[in-house]
Amino acid sequence: MRYLTDRKRATGLGSAHSGAEHHWHMIVTSVLLTGLVPMFVFTFGLGLGMEYDQAAAYYSRPFPAIIGILTLLVGFVHFRSGVQSAIEDYTHGFLRKALIIAAIGLCYTLAAIGIFAIVRIAL
Amino acid sequence: MAQLTLPKNSRMTTGKTWPKPEGATNLRKVQIYRWNPDDGQNPRLDTYWVDMDSCGPMVLDALIKIKNEIDPTLTFRRSCREGICGSCAMNIDGINTLACIYGLDEIDGDIRIYPLPHMPVVKDLIPDLTHFYAQHASIMPWLETRTNRPAKEWKQSIEDRKKLDGLYECVMCASCSTACPSYWWNGDRYLGPAALLHAYRWIIDSRDEATGERLDQLEDPFKLYRCHTIMNCAKTCPKGLNPAAAIAHIKKMMLDRVV
Repeated sequence: MRYLTDRKRATGLGSAHSGAEHHWHMIVTSVLLTGLVPMFVFTFGLGLGMEYDQAAAYYSRPFPAIIGILTLLVGFVHFRSGVQSAIEDYTHGFLRKALIIAAIGLCYTLAAIGIFAIVRIAL
Repeated sequence: MAQLTLPKNSRMTTGKTWPKPEGATNLRKVQIYRWNPDDGQNPRLDTYWVDMDSCGPMVLDALIKIKNEIDPTLTFRRSCREGICGSCAMNIDGINTLACIYGLDEIDGDIRIYPLPHMPVVKDLIPDLTHFYAQHASIMPWLETRTNRPAKEWKQSIEDRKKLDGLYECVMCASCSTACPSYWWNGDRYLGPAALLHAYRWIIDSRDEATGERLDQLEDPFKLYRCHTIMNCAKTCPKGLNPAAAIAHIKKMMLDRVV
């Protein structure tokens, strides 16, 4: 039991003066993904069923490789922001901070693995 | 953490079934959440039978009839009985609404009445709205001006006045905020749809001179950006308002400051 006034409880630590950037970031990546995802599905779909050599040659062309890299990059940046919001929604305290760090680390790792794979095939 | 199950002392038990009124032929079953902080018992669901031939048309009429004729210990807030004061907000048939303007004929089958969800209960159908009101106070729900007061009045054009329509009608019943999952999980920091709708009402007021400060106060990942446009607030509002749209407008103004 803490003897805090109702107003002090409601005000808490005050405003963080942040959030608009995060919101803008989500909008930007969402808009980019609406273009990238169909292009990725189209380019990746064309490569399905190819022999290894054919697929490697296909992904060494700039358009499929760049679309693949951009989709992975923007997708994981978007996912990073989204999953951070979800963690903030459902967890509190130290667990919240630990999960956000873990999720961000995982997103960057997966993005790096995907981009490395495409670059390796492409070059 | 988000609570997915009720704490042990909040789990519902089967309550008392009150006898049917004698001689009545047009009966409806009303089940009401009961909890008394003084008896140490878990909440229960009491069952009442209401004679519809001698009952008014609204859910509040049935509650008043039960309190007057069957069980005087039943506790609930009510005042204006016409949707203006916001006192009788409760969860009726799974919807947060005002008992005074929700018709009994709008409910199929049994009538189930609970207090507003995810709020501490004071007794029976009365939620503790202390924090909700304090959050409302924190958004400065009044006209803030820096210019010297004019001799007659603060003027406002007809067009600017129209922008307040759909905002000023809010009666602070808390139906929207208590229907919002984001408010359930983070109500300590998230201001909730009602307070944010009121915040926007003052942000958009052409006479108010503290627009920047108001936006500064709201720019916070929790105070404002916990709104994920779930739209429960707009769906449940007994006055037909759209707090989600007001929140979206605030977010748009925030972006206009950044980009």
